[in-house]
Amino acid sequence: MSSTDNIVELQQVEKKYLGVQALQSLDLNLQAGEVFGLFGHNGAGKTTIIKLILGLIEATSGKVSVFGQDPTQSGARELRGKLGFLQENVSFYDQLTGLEVLEYFARLKGFARKQCRKQCLELLAQVGLKDACGRRVKTYSKGMRQRLGLAQALLGNPRLLLLDEPTVGLDPIATRDFYHSIDQLKHQGCTVVLCSHVLPGVEKYIDRALILGRGAVLASGSIEQLRAQANLPAVFQLQGQRGLSEELPEDLRLLARSDSSGMRMSVPMQDKMHTLRALAGLSGVDNIDVQLPSLEDLYTHFIQRHCDQEAAL
Amino acid sequence: MMNPLLTVAGKEFRDGLRNRWVLSICIIFAVLAIGLAYFGAAAAGKVGFTSLSTTIVSLASLAVFIIPLIALMLSYDGIVGEDESGTLLLLMTYPLSRTQLLLGKMLGQGAIMAFSTFIGFGSSALMIGLFSATTSWSDLLVPYTVFILSAILLGWIFIAIAYVISASVAEKSKAAGIALIVWFIFVLVFDLGLLGLLVSTEGNVDANLFPYMLLLNPTDIFRLVNITYFADQNLTGLMAIAQQTQFSLFGLLAGLLAWLAMPAGLAMYIFNRRGL
Repeated sequence: MSSTDNIVELQQVEKKYLGVQALQSLDLNLQAGEVFGLFGHNGAGKTTIIKLILGLIEATSGKVSVFGQDPTQSGARELRGKLGFLQENVSFYDQLTGLEVLEYFARLKGFARKQCRKQCLELLAQVGLKDACGRRVKTYSKGMRQRLGLAQALLGNPRLLLLDEPTVGLDPIATRDFYHSIDQLKHQGCTVVLCSHVLPGVEKYIDRALILGRGAVLASGSIEQLRAQANLPAVFQLQGQRGLSEELPEDLRLLARSDSSGMRMSVPMQDKMHTLRALAGLSGVDNIDVQLPSLEDLYTHFIQRHCDQEAAL
Repeated sequence: MMNPLLTVAGKEFRDGLRNRWVLSICIIFAVLAIGLAYFGAAAAGKVGFTSLSTTIVSLASLAVFIIPLIALMLSYDGIVGEDESGTLLLLMTYPLSRTQLLLGKMLGQGAIMAFSTFIGFGSSALMIGLFSATTSWSDLLVPYTVFILSAILLGWIFIAIAYVISASVAEKSKAAGIALIVWFIFVLVFDLGLLGLLVSTEGNVDANLFPYMLLLNPTDIFRLVNITYFADQNLTGLMAIAQQTQFSLFGLLAGLLAWLAMPAGLAMYIFNRRGL
C-alpha cells in the first residue's frame, strides 16, 4: 500500500508547549477502515495527537497529513466535512432543543436545508434520543448530552472519526450500541480513533492500539503484538477434586498456587496450548478458565515499565 | 462564504429569542421611550406629550447609558463562553473559518439589537403619532429615523467592543468585569475627564480642537447626532461646547461607522490568533 492511501499520516511529529515536550517524535499511519485506540494517562499526549490531526494546533516539527493534506492549511477546511469529532466535556447550547443543536451542526457541515431535518431525526433515533429531541438541552442528563455529542460526530457519514472518551456517562446498553455503530462505520471504510483511559470492553473493537506516557510512545500494535511484546503470562484458573495438585505434571505443579476457589497458575504465553492440552487430559479437573492479559493488564504493564525505567535513570 | 455565516447568525438570533433577550430589550426600550415622551415634562409640572425635540434629546441622553450596557451584556461571552463550554473547539473542526464564526455571531446579535431597538423605540414614535395633538407623522419621521439608526449603530459598536474583550480573555467572569469597566469609561469617565480638563485649564484648551475630542468616544458621537437637529435646546455639559462646532450629520454617522469597523477588525485580529 502506497503512502498516499493513508488517511492519517504523522512523520516524526513533535509538539512543544512553552518548552514542555508534549509529544516526542511520533510516527503514525492510519488506513481506511481501521479502528485505532489511543491510550494513556491524563496529559500523556492523547489530546495533542487528536488536535494535531484535526489541524487545531501546528506541530513543532515533523509532518502531519490528513487525507493527503496539511490539516492546518485553510485549503483543508473543506475536508473537515468528512471528519467527525467529539471531545471530552462539551456542553451544548442549553436554550436550544436537541434537534435544533444537531441541525445547527448539520447546516455547518453543509447539509441542505431540506434533507437536514430528516437526517438529524434519523441520527437522533440511532443514538436513542428520538423522544427527547424536542426538549431543551438543559433538561438532558449527562448520558443524553454524550449521545447528542455522538450524533453530532456521526453527521454526514464521516471518513475519519476522532472520539475522546466517547463512552463516558453511557449506560452499558448505550455503550454496546455505540460500539456497534463504530463497527458499522468501520465496514463502510471509516477510520476511527478512540481515545480513552477507560479500557474494559474496548479491546474487542480496536484493530491497533498505541499506549502513550508523557508524550512518548510506550507500545504500539495489535492486541496480539502488544501481548507478545509485554510477554505477560496467561492465567489458568482450575477447579477440580481434592488432590488435584498431585495429578499435575511436575512442571505445572511448580507454577500452581492454591486459592479459595481452586487453583491458579500463571503460564508463559508460548506454553499456553501445551498447558491446556496437559490439563484437559486430567480426570480430576472440572473446569478450566483461561485469562489472557487484557488491554488493561498490558496498559498497566507498559506504564509500570516506563515508570521503572524513569526511576532507574 | 455566506452560508455558514448566516447559519451562525440565525442560531444566535434564535438563542436571543429563546433566552428572552429580544423581548427584554424591546420592553426596556419601549417603556423608556414611551415614558419619556409622555412624562418628559413632569418636572415642569405638566403631564402629556412634550415637544418632539425635548423627547428625543432626553431619550438620547438616557439611551446613551443603557444601549452600551445592554450590548456589552449581550455579547461579552460570545467567544469566551463558547470556549468554556467546549463548543468553540468543536466548531473549529467544522468547515467554518474563524472569521465566519465571529462575523456570524456579531451579525446575529447585531440583528437582535437592531430588531429590539426598532420595535422598542419605534413603538414610542407610534404612540406619539397616534395620540399627540401637536406632533404630526411627518414631523416624526426624520428625527426618529436618525435616532433609531444611530441607536442601532451605537449598539453594534458596543457589540463589537464586547467581542474584542471576549476574544482576548480566557475566563467568562473576567470578560464580564472588563466589560463593566469599559462601559464605565466610555459612558462616565471619558466625559468627566474632558470636563475636568476644560475646568482645570480654565478653558485654555484650543476651542477648535476640543469638540473633535468628542469624536474619540462613540457615545458622544451618538449624542451629537441627536442634538444636531435640535440646536434650540438648552444643552448642558459637553454637548453645549460641541454645539458651536457644527458637525454634519453624515460626518457623524461616518464617525460611528468608523467606530464600528475598528473594534470589529480588532476582534477579528485577536480571535484569529487565539489559541485553542
